[in-house]
Amino acid sequence: MEMYIVLGIIGVVVLYLWIVYNGLVTARLRIKEALSHIDVQLKRRTDLIPNLVETVKGYAKHEKGVFENVTKARSQLLSADSTKEKAVADNMLTQTLKSLFAVAENYPNLKATENFQKLQDELSDTENKIAYSRQFYNSNVLDYNTRLEVFPSSIIANMFKFQPFEFFTAGEEDKKPTKVSFE
Amino acid sequence: MNVYNAVSANKRKTWIIMVLFVVFITTLTYVYGQANGYGLTYAGIALVIAGITSFGSYYVSDSLVLATTGAKQVSQDQSPELYKTVENLSIGSGLSMPKVYLIDDPSPNAFATGRDPKHASIAVTTGLLQKLSKTELEGVIAHELSHIKNFDTRLMAVTAILVGFVAILGDIFMRSLWFSGKGRSNKAGGIFAVIGIVFVLLSPIVASLIQLAISRKREFLADASGVLLTRYPEGLASALEKIARDPLPLRTASNATAHLFIENPFKNKSSGAWFSSLFNTHPPAEERIKLLRSM
Repeated sequence: MEMYIVLGIIGVVVLYLWIVYNGLVTARLRIKEALSHIDVQLKRRTDLIPNLVETVKGYAKHEKGVFENVTKARSQLLSADSTKEKAVADNMLTQTLKSLFAVAENYPNLKATENFQKLQDELSDTENKIAYSRQFYNSNVLDYNTRLEVFPSSIIANMFKFQPFEFFTAGEEDKKPTKVSFE
Repeated sequence: MNVYNAVSANKRKTWIIMVLFVVFITTLTYVYGQANGYGLTYAGIALVIAGITSFGSYYVSDSLVLATTGAKQVSQDQSPELYKTVENLSIGSGLSMPKVYLIDDPSPNAFATGRDPKHASIAVTTGLLQKLSKTELEGVIAHELSHIKNFDTRLMAVTAILVGFVAILGDIFMRSLWFSGKGRSNKAGGIFAVIGIVFVLLSPIVASLIQLAISRKREFLADASGVLLTRYPEGLASALEKIARDPLPLRTASNATAHLFIENPFKNKSSGAWFSSLFNTHPPAEERIKLLRSM
């Protein structure tokens, strides 16, 4: 009789381990998938930029500094590896693009072209999509990281060495006011 | 009730509705067959047909619902703002992009349908696009996406078709019960009366089936998870306010599809038949708005 009780308890514990472990693995896969969604949108954004730079260049040749900054931020985003690097590079690109659009404000002819308007629309749509995919990623990370912290799933997470994920934020950069310089 | 047990509850309830539909139609035909002295033949045929209908409704109810409301699918080029809003919010909720439909009607309203998130559709009226601002539209779309994510759309579409069908039958028989004896032969009148009485006896059951689909909790949960997506409760709150205040009823909404919409499409106007008027039980907009504003 006692043997059955012991076996029963072991069975329940194994079943519990199994469920929690699978839950953690699924949550981790969801994060990876969410990250790939961000990558798709970041790629779309970097693809739009050479075209935009060329278009603005046609009207504002002498604003070299702005173009250089944008191009530099773009290549940094392309070479970024970790989530943190990507978030920081993406944030920098946002800042440099802001100054690019601020420059464009001074050229009414440029602003009137259909190509520029289309690029501007597409870029702002991509930025929205980045924001939403970021939100989805972060909510998945929150869900997963919470499981690593709370008892009793924390024990199992520790046992199988599950690592916490980083949130997709630029950290301190986010809070800085935008600097727009007209050189 | 959280999102996870909402999903399994909805899947379970869909099965219950499908099985009860078969049981109900077969029983009804059995009663009819007995009254006529045809024996079990009719009941057997009804069992097969009801089974196929029930099973089929799982796959085609969304197309039927979209067809009866007169919704037309739109592409990104035809309605860029709506399309982009749906696209962005589905990215935010991690859902695959649903099909987007437009209903040509000045009354602002919206609904979502489909058996699972991979086969989902969102339909909005042209009135909704004209009358709501961007943030309000986002609130409405986020609410509808939450219905898709929670599998509310599966249960609601199957209920609309199957229980809607029974309700229509009920109305037909109730009317013939009312007018029986006027110019109709006694025998036919008698049979219709029997079926009419069956419906009267069963109406509380049908009503509670509809309650399975239209629960206040379901709408409140979709409101709450929609807000989690947009992070802006005021968007949905003021959208609901505008939709509830708009006096125009939606022309293409029927009793069977009314519970799908974000707000009662009849605008509290009586819609005739008492039997199917059981469908008109939306949670009051004021209560939802109050809750949203307190978030």
